[in-house]
Amino acid sequence: MMMGSVPPLLSAEDLRVTFPTRTGEVQAVRGVSFTLGRERLGIVGESGSGKSQTGRAIMGLTPGHARITAKTLSFGGRSLLTMPAGERRDLRGKRVAMILQDPKYSLNPVMTIGRQIVETLKTHEKVSATEARERALAMLEAVQIRDPQRVFNLYPHEVSGGMGQRAMIAMMLVCGPELLIADEPTSALDVTVQLEVLSILDKLVADRGMGLIFISHDLRLVSSFCDRVLVMYGGRIVEELPSANLADAQHPYTRGLLNCLPTIDSDRHPLPVLDRKPEWAL
Amino acid sequence: MSSAVSTRDMTVSFHEFKALNSVSVDVAEGESFGIVGESGSGKSTLLRAIAGLVPFQQGRLTVNGRDYSNRARDKDFYRTVQMVFQDPYGSLHPRQTVDRLLLEPLAIHGYTDVETRINRALDEVGLGSGFRFRYSHQLSGGQRQRIAIARALILEPKILLLDEPTSALDASIQAEILNLLEQARRDRNLTFIMVSHDLGVISHMCGRLAVMRQGEVVETVPVEALKRREFSAEYTRQLLVASEGFRRVG
Repeated sequence: MMMGSVPPLLSAEDLRVTFPTRTGEVQAVRGVSFTLGRERLGIVGESGSGKSQTGRAIMGLTPGHARITAKTLSFGGRSLLTMPAGERRDLRGKRVAMILQDPKYSLNPVMTIGRQIVETLKTHEKVSATEARERALAMLEAVQIRDPQRVFNLYPHEVSGGMGQRAMIAMMLVCGPELLIADEPTSALDVTVQLEVLSILDKLVADRGMGLIFISHDLRLVSSFCDRVLVMYGGRIVEELPSANLADAQHPYTRGLLNCLPTIDSDRHPLPVLDRKPEWAL
Repeated sequence: MSSAVSTRDMTVSFHEFKALNSVSVDVAEGESFGIVGESGSGKSTLLRAIAGLVPFQQGRLTVNGRDYSNRARDKDFYRTVQMVFQDPYGSLHPRQTVDRLLLEPLAIHGYTDVETRINRALDEVGLGSGFRFRYSHQLSGGQRQRIAIARALILEPKILLLDEPTSALDASIQAEILNLLEQARRDRNLTFIMVSHDLGVISHMCGRLAVMRQGEVVETVPVEALKRREFSAEYTRQLLVASEGFRRVG
């Protein structure tokens, strides 16, 4: 991807997310720094690594009692930390959008799919009802839903997981965001459906020239999908890699993650396991 | 070799819906048999029907030479067959300590040497007796699954039914649990029937697998044949492609 001298879409420096608990403070994200242009960036880590909290902090979805600090956290040259809540609201859904893991929980169960997409549009743009409807239908078509008219009027429980996730992608992209954060977008789907949804997402991101942050626990999936991968462990980035050079990973955690998966064509008994070193989390 | 578990034309219906449609599988003693399929394929239903957690309307079930087709499962059955479930957060009682959880099957089956058995079971799954008086919320996901395996193994069963035992776990923890299961199988000469949506996991753990779709067995292939890409069903190929991960077209 071309970056040139264009200022980055997003830049984070020393991002920290802290949760106060009864037993003291817990830092979920501990000093994460990266910049993102119009490229596909993957963030990989296991549960508790802080990958989702990083995405949520950018999106502004961190719970109210948590504290976010950073030297810089800016989107399109504007600081997200000092931005008034109203402006942040305008940004969210319009210029920055987020796809969540499971459409069963992230779509509104009592609104039809069409109405939810139209709602997003109307919140951010002055459009007539007919135009909103047309754009929502076009978007449903863009995510390769064969009969958009029918799906427009369905409730989320009436569609399959794969269809729900496509509807979610349609809803998130209808306003033409510049940055899309996808947090485990296909983990709740069946393996064969995963590929379809990923290829739809891949095509739309490429066609529209968006920046993408793809958050997942699956290192191989992320590296096949993204240009660059950040590997997180214990709230920190332990390694940054171009996807093509995954085999050259240096950090023992990254190498361990790559090795511990059973595959059809390998025959390793027992499987290599991660020997977690306390110094990784320092 | 005699067959440990065998089903003939097993059919499970929920009202009009046929979750299992005339399924026949034969699992030999000491074999590790895998079942793959997507959600709704009936793979978990098959396991649950064998375990007696859902009734089946038609067909026969034989376990270790005994017919269980129209019979309630007795204690003898559960001493032979035990099950490990997918979600270790849901399958352990939240208000019972590990000790209590492991005591329950022993009490039901009238064992008296509970002390030694509980300690041995904990050692065997690599936890040690320090975990004995903890509640399940004080354990990590991987530790909970170890407890669930200990609970299944404590009765020294011959057959273990595994329903997606690692799909709720991180990849590195999955490797540890799979190694633990393999070790237990080697040590006790267990028969495994393992359900998973992950072809990689199944081909690592099993010698033979059935591919299921919409309540039916599409085909049964040895893992060696799968590795050589020798199979007949188009659906198996689709699953195989999907398991290889995302590839950008063009």
